[in-house]
Amino acid sequence: MRIGRIGYLIKEGLKGVFLHGFRSFASVTVIAACLIIMGSFALVGVNVDSIIKDMESESQILAFVDESLTQDDARLMEGAIRSMGNVRDVKFITREEAMERFKETHKDNVYSDLEASVLRNRYVVYLNDITRMEETKTALESVPGVAEVSAEVGIAKGFITVRNVISVITAILIVILLVVSLFMMSNTIRLATFTRREEIAIMKMVGAGNGFIRFPFIVEGLVLGLLGSGIGFLLEWAIYNFISGRIMDSMAGNLFSILPFSTIMTPMLLVYLAVGVLVGTFGGAMAIRNYLKV
Amino acid sequence: MVILNDVKMHYPGSKVDVLQDIDLTIEDGEFLFLVGPSGSGKSTIIKLLTGEVRASGGKIKVNGFDLRTIKRRNLHKLRRTLGVIFQDFRLIEDMTVYENVAFAMRVIGAPGRQIKKRVPEVLELVGLSDCADRLPRELSGGEQQRVAIARALVNSPGLIIADEPTGNLDPAKSLEIMLLLKTINDMGTTVLVVTHEKELVNEFKKRVVSLSNGRLIRDGTGGGYY
Repeated sequence: MRIGRIGYLIKEGLKGVFLHGFRSFASVTVIAACLIIMGSFALVGVNVDSIIKDMESESQILAFVDESLTQDDARLMEGAIRSMGNVRDVKFITREEAMERFKETHKDNVYSDLEASVLRNRYVVYLNDITRMEETKTALESVPGVAEVSAEVGIAKGFITVRNVISVITAILIVILLVVSLFMMSNTIRLATFTRREEIAIMKMVGAGNGFIRFPFIVEGLVLGLLGSGIGFLLEWAIYNFISGRIMDSMAGNLFSILPFSTIMTPMLLVYLAVGVLVGTFGGAMAIRNYLKV
Repeated sequence: MVILNDVKMHYPGSKVDVLQDIDLTIEDGEFLFLVGPSGSGKSTIIKLLTGEVRASGGKIKVNGFDLRTIKRRNLHKLRRTLGVIFQDFRLIEDMTVYENVAFAMRVIGAPGRQIKKRVPEVLELVGLSDCADRLPRELSGGEQQRVAIARALVNSPGLIIADEPTGNLDPAKSLEIMLLLKTINDMGTTVLVVTHEKELVNEFKKRVVSLSNGRLIRDGTGGGYY
């Protein structure tokens, strides 16, 4: 296709955007609204995921050392534990340090005379992947010198379930909203093609190829899609900053932290533009399809 | 050149044969009237020739294209060799006369320079040079049909198919349009006029093909009869 011809077709597509102002406004609004809803769910999902990851990183396994081993012997076990798979970090805690922490947590006089010898030396083991907590616990139990292993496998499973459920819900909602956007976009452009069906029939009759007829509608869809995604992104940004500011100022801000928008801005913008381009071009192509069969 | 050989047609889901055993050849440069009452199959023949529908049986060749085998995506190549004129003009309302005619060239990718040269020539031929900047609604029915003829002619097609071109016009304007089509034919373009206006057909000593109930019942050359 020659440059001049492409220029003409792009001009025709842009003309379609401005010629049908109200319809274009409706399309842009629908795309922006769908993207804001979709983006909001995604942002909630990303934040929940980040909060859970923070919590996960605090997840630990306690490996108690056999009482028959001296402290020096117990320290020698660190290499074996560290070389195990799925171990991010290992910290050796002597029974004295453990007692000190215990007393700090339980500031009751009842425990003030308690001696460190009642506790055991131990390793705090931090994991790379908490989904493998049970397997790591079993592996730790088989390390020579380990008397007992304590791991909150139930809590870890809870975190994993919550994360999976949120991921699935977010994914389903995103797909549904994507389909809704595509449908709305396609219908809006189908309205445009309906009003221009005579023109399309004339084009076909004088020998226009399908590409020539389709191209302006795709350009129109693309422009509307990009406008909708751009506006949706800016509004999402404003809404996110407003809501995250409110949360951080409230009591909830002490319990967990919300990701700043700047950390997710680039992937978010790219996804928005990609969705805008996809919805616009596919919507435009789908809408015109039936009229090209003549 | 148009060749219809043993063409049959029934629309999907219908048991009625719209066309039966049609044999017809139109040589290059011919002027031919296709006549018959409503429902005789005239419009179906036009739809077959333009590739809008496919025949149920038989062979159809138009300007070298085999319509039995042509792929849908290549139909535009066939249509570029045709000029089609309709009873209701089918002009684009928000385009001027010039733009309506230029549009047919633009659609097939003609360069701007060629469009600027060719469109005024064709408008002059149909007698509308002074109306180039007017919108279709500012023109009379006869003038609108002239625009449609200019549009059909602008890409120099081998065959012009006029489907009831005078159906919306008074007798005087109808004659003007027919004379214009004859002029175009005299310049070498094959012209097929579908009509049921007996007086108009009788006015010209041209070949007349008559259809009735989907059958070709008469093919008279050189005679002005109906």
